Amino acid sequence: MKNGFFNSKSGIIIVFLIPAFILIGVFLIFPAFWEFYLSMTNESLMGISAVHPQFVGISNFIDVLTDPSFYNSLVVTFIFVLESAIIGQAGLGMLLSLLTYRKKIFRTLVQVVAVLAWIIPDSVVAYLWIAFLDKNAGTFNNLLALLGLARTNWFYRYPLTTIVIFNIWRGTAFSMLMFSAAFDMIPPSYLEVADVMGVSWWRKFKDIIFPNLKRVFFSDLILITLWTFNVFTPYLLTQGGPGTATEILPIYIYLNAFQNFKIGYGAAISVIVLLINLVLASVYFTLSKEKEGISL
Amino acid sequence: MNKIRVSSAINYIFLSVVAAFFIAPVIWLFVTPFSNSPSLSISLGTPTLENFGSVFQDPAAIYSFGNSVIIAVGVTLATVICASLAAYIFSRYHFHGSNFLIFILILFSNIVSGTAAMVPLYMLNISLGLINSYLGVILTIAGGGIPTSIFILKSFFDSIPKSYEEAALVDGSSYSQMLFHIFLPLSKKGIIVIATLSFISAWGNFLIPFILLSSQRTYPASVTIYNFYTEMGLPNIGLISAYALLYTLPVIIGYLVVNKIFGFSFYGGIKG
Repeated sequence: MKNGFFNSKSGIIIVFLIPAFILIGVFLIFPAFWEFYLSMTNESLMGISAVHPQFVGISNFIDVLTDPSFYNSLVVTFIFVLESAIIGQAGLGMLLSLLTYRKKIFRTLVQVVAVLAWIIPDSVVAYLWIAFLDKNAGTFNNLLALLGLARTNWFYRYPLTTIVIFNIWRGTAFSMLMFSAAFDMIPPSYLEVADVMGVSWWRKFKDIIFPNLKRVFFSDLILITLWTFNVFTPYLLTQGGPGTATEILPIYIYLNAFQNFKIGYGAAISVIVLLINLVLASVYFTLSKEKEGISL
Repeated sequence: MNKIRVSSAINYIFLSVVAAFFIAPVIWLFVTPFSNSPSLSISLGTPTLENFGSVFQDPAAIYSFGNSVIIAVGVTLATVICASLAAYIFSRYHFHGSNFLIFILILFSNIVSGTAAMVPLYMLNISLGLINSYLGVILTIAGGGIPTSIFILKSFFDSIPKSYEEAALVDGSSYSQMLFHIFLPLSKKGIIVIATLSFISAWGNFLIPFILLSSQRTYPASVTIYNFYTEMGLPNIGLISAYALLYTLPVIIGYLVVNKIFGFSFYGGIKG
């Protein structure tokens, strides 16, 4: 028995790897490739093409690329990612880790509240924000009223800005944790010497902190860009509206594929999203190849 | 000296404002469920447990909770079994390019995240006859999370010395005895972490059950809460808030467990 298949080295390797590789293969890798095929059919959830989908070549892509609502979605997504991830989460995360450097109590306090915002499930945070921003009874408008300012229907008046702020609130914890950990890796003596020499804070940032943080900084930027680019949570707050004001690409895909039942068309948008993801990931890959470990 | 004091005062004021910004929307979640006059503003009134009572009288709330448990436990089992077997191989048998393979799979799982692949995942579940079933939801969520779980588990396993296993095999244990009696107890912590993280991510997942399930009876709590506030509107604030709190607690407890084992900074890859 000792020499049976299960006790041979290659037997064990194969048996142990099979379950994971089947799941990954079927539910991760196959869908990505199938998406390319679907994007070239007129597959639909309604009507004749639901029964007999036909190959239509690149006509879905032509439709997508000539549709003004796609460009609206692209622009909305670009603003959303730029403002909420790159400026908001990374900027605020950096600022918070700088300001709480070697202030243990304050760092823990800010991290705990930021992490809380980060871990509460999507459908709950969505409702918390709907309650928080409610025009008549919400806490935020109550505060404004207390200060003598006008109550505002934020989701209606400033929809995109509202989901940008929401997403900064939601995701800053990750950047702050990453930067804080990286700061702690900088030998304290570097900054102490700089302090003794009376170096300005800008020089300290430029010459000591930033060079030591560069790789963490770019890893963080690519990851949060990738995640924000693919986030579906704003749907729970606005469903893409009012009108198309918050129709980021994930919502645009959902509405086309599952509310208008245009699977082929939805797949074509998804392929475009997938390709953008691929570009972002290759940038990340190139950067992380330069360092020894892989931080994900 | 004065200048430093002023700047550090500004610093603290700024930090307090930011902390308030993070906590303000959350306070409601911890106050309203105990209020006798629940509303969208924060007011406790006379503390009461009545709202929790109304949760237990709402059939949709109860079975959704059960559905969430089924889905989260299913994902946890699938992930722990598949990922720990694979991670063991990657940790113990060094073949060329295995680190690279794991890295590529993690990147892949980030690129083909829920939203970019929702269309083919939906069609796939139709083709496999898994649409509107727990199994479809479980396998779809597990498939997306396994690469990261393998990566985290592998680094746990790498820290366990090989010599225990070798000694057991030399002493005449069979391979499975060695795994279950020697290796498994040693790797308990890592497996608890992966189990907790996959449970939490399945528990909170909204998109996958939202697109794959079509009958109310099968909805997990994430989808039911969304339906509560989009369909029922205002009258049931007490019920919704109590339900939301009950639904959130396992997540907070889970993160406290993970934090106790290895701190908060590690699991960025799996939360997303």
